[in-house]
Amino acid sequence: MVDRKPTGGEAAAKAVMYVALIVLTVLIVIPVAWVFMASIKQNSEFYGNPWALPQGVHIQNFVDAWTKARMGDYFMTSIIVTAVALAILLVVALPAAYVLSRYKFIGSKALNTGFMAGLFINVNYIVVPIFLMFVTADKFLKEVFGAGFFLNNPFVVSLVLASTTLPFTIYLLSGYFATLPKDYEEAAYVDGAGYFTTMVRIIMPMAKPSIVTVILFNFLSYWNEYIISMTMLSEPDGARTLPVGLLNLMKAQNAKAEYGQMYAGLVMVMVPTLILYICVQKKLTQGMTLGGLKG
Amino acid sequence: MQKNKARSRFIVACVAPAVILSFIFLVVPTFNVFRMSLYKWGGYSPNKQFVGFDNFVKLFNDAKFFQSVRNSILLIVIVTIITIGFALVFAAILSREKLKGQNFFRVIFYIPNILSVVVISAIFSAIYDSNYGMLNSFLSIFRGADAEPVYWLGDQKIVIYSIVGAMVWQAIGYYMVMYMASMSSISESLYESANLEGASRIRQFFSITIPLIWTNIRTTLTFFIISNINMSFLFVKAMTNGGPDGATEVFLSYMYKQAYTNSTYGYGMAIGVVVFSFSFALSAIVNAVTKRETLEF
Repeated sequence: MVDRKPTGGEAAAKAVMYVALIVLTVLIVIPVAWVFMASIKQNSEFYGNPWALPQGVHIQNFVDAWTKARMGDYFMTSIIVTAVALAILLVVALPAAYVLSRYKFIGSKALNTGFMAGLFINVNYIVVPIFLMFVTADKFLKEVFGAGFFLNNPFVVSLVLASTTLPFTIYLLSGYFATLPKDYEEAAYVDGAGYFTTMVRIIMPMAKPSIVTVILFNFLSYWNEYIISMTMLSEPDGARTLPVGLLNLMKAQNAKAEYGQMYAGLVMVMVPTLILYICVQKKLTQGMTLGGLKG
Repeated sequence: MQKNKARSRFIVACVAPAVILSFIFLVVPTFNVFRMSLYKWGGYSPNKQFVGFDNFVKLFNDAKFFQSVRNSILLIVIVTIITIGFALVFAAILSREKLKGQNFFRVIFYIPNILSVVVISAIFSAIYDSNYGMLNSFLSIFRGADAEPVYWLGDQKIVIYSIVGAMVWQAIGYYMVMYMASMSSISESLYESANLEGASRIRQFFSITIPLIWTNIRTTLTFFIISNINMSFLFVKAMTNGGPDGATEVFLSYMYKQAYTNSTYGYGMAIGVVVFSFSFALSAIVNAVTKRETLEF
């Protein structure tokens, strides 16, 4: 912090900076707050001044969105997809990152390079090839067993989400594991602990802060993701995640003008991430700079 | 020997799941993008026909594709300059100045980054609505209540800039936090001596802050280009779906449309290959052009 003499020019500069900060704050807060306000308005109130305060608290919007627009089902699907994807990710990425960063073996260098290269593969390029892979596999399964498995299956969406975020997660965790001194393992081996026990009992507890960072980032990206789930869950009345359900509501809104329902749905998608953010905002912004950049 | 065997088993057990999943869901699909770009295939039908580089030839005669190229480049250039510019200025204000509520501002500015692109698109659709939108209603204070509404998402000339607004809104906070972290590592004494010599704030910003975090700016710039190509797809898909009449079609939305909706799978993959190469080439060029000697005072 720099001490400057409190002159007139100094005060003016400060004022300009405050104005800039406040303008940006308003530009960010007002639209978000507006959605919360709109979510309790009645449909008729949307034809008129958008800045008018709601005439009453129309909670029915949330009930309608939850049941009629099936946002309740979608909410559950989103929770399942996110939770399963996080579980798969941790079970697969933690041991891999640990071994790749601390063990030398034939091919370890090639694997490390391979996962680094994976950082550059973006899911938007490969979502259609993955989809067609499932189309082909399901066609085969239908001929043999009479039912498909891969498409319209939330668990498969979790698997795809977890797999496509593996390179970044392994990169982030390896960075942390590589900083730990070798002494921990050596001491554990001397005490007679096996490789697996050492990893689970000694190393994983130490990696807790990085694991929390990984969970936070991936929770947000899984919860908010919509291209993969939109492509893989295409059955008309089948499972959907919240963002995809919301997208359908947005399209339906143009035809049916169910504004209240749509903004109630919007609030349902936002609230979990906002609550999480309020609880962990410090960790999130610090973790971001620890882990480097993310797409 | 026994121990060696146990070690190998452990290594394989730990690495195999990650390798298998990455292979199935990253390596094979990426390989398929390149392979299928040489085929004519609808995606669902069983007959694939090898056509060599026909898809690429067709691509260079496709006016719609060039429209998407124009839109993508426009978005890359404008969104990058505005976002990084504002992010740097706000990061400098928040990390260098003694102001009240710094933490509050940082927390607020980061909020858009945690929201789903679908949510942001819905919010901006409400802002841009021509009849009952927030923006037109706000503008009518200056333009009078009877003024013809601006069709933010309906006018082909304006709509791409409406997308710019949403994208900048989403990204500023993220890059600001990024730059704040690197600015906080600049030694305080540099600014003190600059003050003694009477250098103004703006001078200090351009002569001390920017040069010293240049490496960081370069990295973010490279990533920003790649991420912009992806983000513009997410925004366009949710807000306009490329319309009206292709006015907001971008690289990946056009690819998705060709490959998924239009079932001209091979052609879509050819677009993917071109865009993929383009994004790498552009990053490499930006990386080379922005190369400076690393400054350390």
